[in-house]
Amino acid sequence: MFDTFAFATLPEDHGGLRQAVREIIARHVATLPLERRARSWQGFDPAFSRALGAAGLLGLTLPTAYGGGGLGPFERFIVVEELLSAGAPVAAHWIADRQSAPLILNFGTEAQRQAYIPRICRGELVFCIGMSEPGSGSDLASVRTRAERTAGGRWRVNGQKIWTTNAMHSDCMIALVRTSGTAADRNAGLSQLIIDLKAPGVTVRPIVDLTGDAHFAEVFFDNVELGEDALVGNEGEGWSQVVAELAFERSGPERIYSSVVLLDAWVAHLQALGRRDADALVGRLTAELATLRAMSIACTARLALGESPVVEASIVKDRGTTFEQDLPLAIADDLAAHPDEPVSADLYRALMYVTHIAPSFSLRGGTREILRGIIARGMGLR
Amino acid sequence: MNELLSPFDGLLERLATPEAIKAIETGASPAAMWRDLDESGFLDALVDEAHGGSGLALADVEPLIAAAGARAVPLPIAETMVARALIAAAGIAAPRGPIAIAGSAQAGQTVPLGLVAEHVLLDTGTTLVLAARDDLTPAVTGVHRDLAARITWDGAPQGLSVARPDHGLRPIAAVLRATLIAGAAARLTEQTTAYANDRVQFGKPIGKQQALQQQLAVMAEDMIAARIAAQLGCAAGLTVSPLQAAVAKATASAVAPRIANTAHAVHGAIGISEEFALQLLTRRLHEWRLADGSEGYWTAVLGGARLADPAPSVDWVRARVFA
Repeated sequence: MFDTFAFATLPEDHGGLRQAVREIIARHVATLPLERRARSWQGFDPAFSRALGAAGLLGLTLPTAYGGGGLGPFERFIVVEELLSAGAPVAAHWIADRQSAPLILNFGTEAQRQAYIPRICRGELVFCIGMSEPGSGSDLASVRTRAERTAGGRWRVNGQKIWTTNAMHSDCMIALVRTSGTAADRNAGLSQLIIDLKAPGVTVRPIVDLTGDAHFAEVFFDNVELGEDALVGNEGEGWSQVVAELAFERSGPERIYSSVVLLDAWVAHLQALGRRDADALVGRLTAELATLRAMSIACTARLALGESPVVEASIVKDRGTTFEQDLPLAIADDLAAHPDEPVSADLYRALMYVTHIAPSFSLRGGTREILRGIIARGMGLR
Repeated sequence: MNELLSPFDGLLERLATPEAIKAIETGASPAAMWRDLDESGFLDALVDEAHGGSGLALADVEPLIAAAGARAVPLPIAETMVARALIAAAGIAAPRGPIAIAGSAQAGQTVPLGLVAEHVLLDTGTTLVLAARDDLTPAVTGVHRDLAARITWDGAPQGLSVARPDHGLRPIAAVLRATLIAGAAARLTEQTTAYANDRVQFGKPIGKQQALQQQLAVMAEDMIAARIAAQLGCAAGLTVSPLQAAVAKATASAVAPRIANTAHAVHGAIGISEEFALQLLTRRLHEWRLADGSEGYWTAVLGGARLADPAPSVDWVRARVFA
């Protein structure tokens, strides 16, 4: 079962990518306080993203003709691993680099590719993803936001998106909308549109989360007029495009390293105290990290062969987020099992931040139950 | 390696039937099964070509070891492959009989498949000793149908001395156990999925129940984690370090009981019966989990080394496990 999902070796980093990322991290990230680095995914820093773009470290897998690196999934793995394990603030380029640009490359027109991809590769254009709505979470096919054709083939959009990561910082949203039929038609009649978030009729309201951050938002569309060229790909094929897009979102090392800054801080705490009663716990978490890294590289190897490893990516994400969520709980128990041992304010804040935000790890990009359903389908159970 | 795996697995399928396994587990001689295995030539796969073997790497025979795990073969195939390679490398002609391995020379230890082995390769900490099994006062464990032997001796174990690998025998043995676990896990996941699609309750196959689908998805995740961790260990070859072995064995040992539990939970009462072949694999999962160090042993080894080094976690793992 899943016989091709097997150990693979990360090729040599001939281009010196790892070192290039490290130099930028040393300038921009190393001095950030622990609790900022613990935010990694949620950390929004346009200057950092532009520095990566200027160094040729964004759009690595995109063609050089559009300003990309012309490299493969293994090179992208190396860069992403360096960024996330350092807790770099990647939010200003993350979605555009990982999902929007590959989507536009695969399904967009030549004019759309020219218009968006080079700017994404320079770290100048921020994208968000308009999938969830108040009535549509895991059941994406029930989206109600509607786009109608108007005179001259233009589009008029009405509706609402919610839980949209970074919408308030974004230039554009790629939204899944209904272009024909009703919600009863399920995944037929859906399309993807690029929406300029500065267009009249768009309202973005940040939503404060339980950590006090506002990393997501709700977005309202009130008769938003868009050009003919807003459509990405084919009208009515939004569903299959979204499925392909989610495969990008679920694969790669991003799904195993969200809490690793906290792991490092805890290990440093144990080392500073010389405490050795947590060897087995450190070893368990390290073994899980190493196995997940091997699984993520194995998944990347399938991407490098041109496959779309949907089941493999779901396995890595479900197991990876389980590890990321377990990590703060295990560390908290270890620290509080030593009530007379001082814990620095930095470590405590980072611990509680990760503890509180961790439930979101298995929500974004597909819930645990959805992923396990995909795996079960791959096993022939559905 | 499919060109090797297919004939080897075919041989195992023919030899290690549930009936044949039961016969050996209840006291029949394994000599005929062993003769067929030995004559196949596969047991010399890791022996270098200068000594008449195939000169393959551990990573090359990993699918074969996993297949032996999946077939619950009641003879020490993987152990003998490794023992023959180490003995040949020392310039000694290996005996042709089954060889079990013991990662230490602690008297009183339990050695898997010790009852069907003719020799045991022991690690004294300074050298390996190839001892005749009958010189080790082998005793049964008393566990139903168990082929492990409790071994002990007076003074020091006697036998041919064989050069000890840098990190000793235990890391290699642990990687073999991890690979056997991965093979058994793969077979159990397939069997359990097929059973869930076949068994009807409440008017439909139980595999259509979301609760079971979610459990089986986790079983598949565990199976893949064991496979890839074991392959990581095998990729390091016979010079596998304790830290690489730790990742392989800690991962495989941690998932082994979960996989056994899900297999039994889905099969219901029939899986508990002796007659039904499921128990051949689930009993072995528990044995291999403990053999040559459980997850508790190996996580302590790994964690101790980790805490001795100030490098960040991902750098440390890259340098010490993936290098």
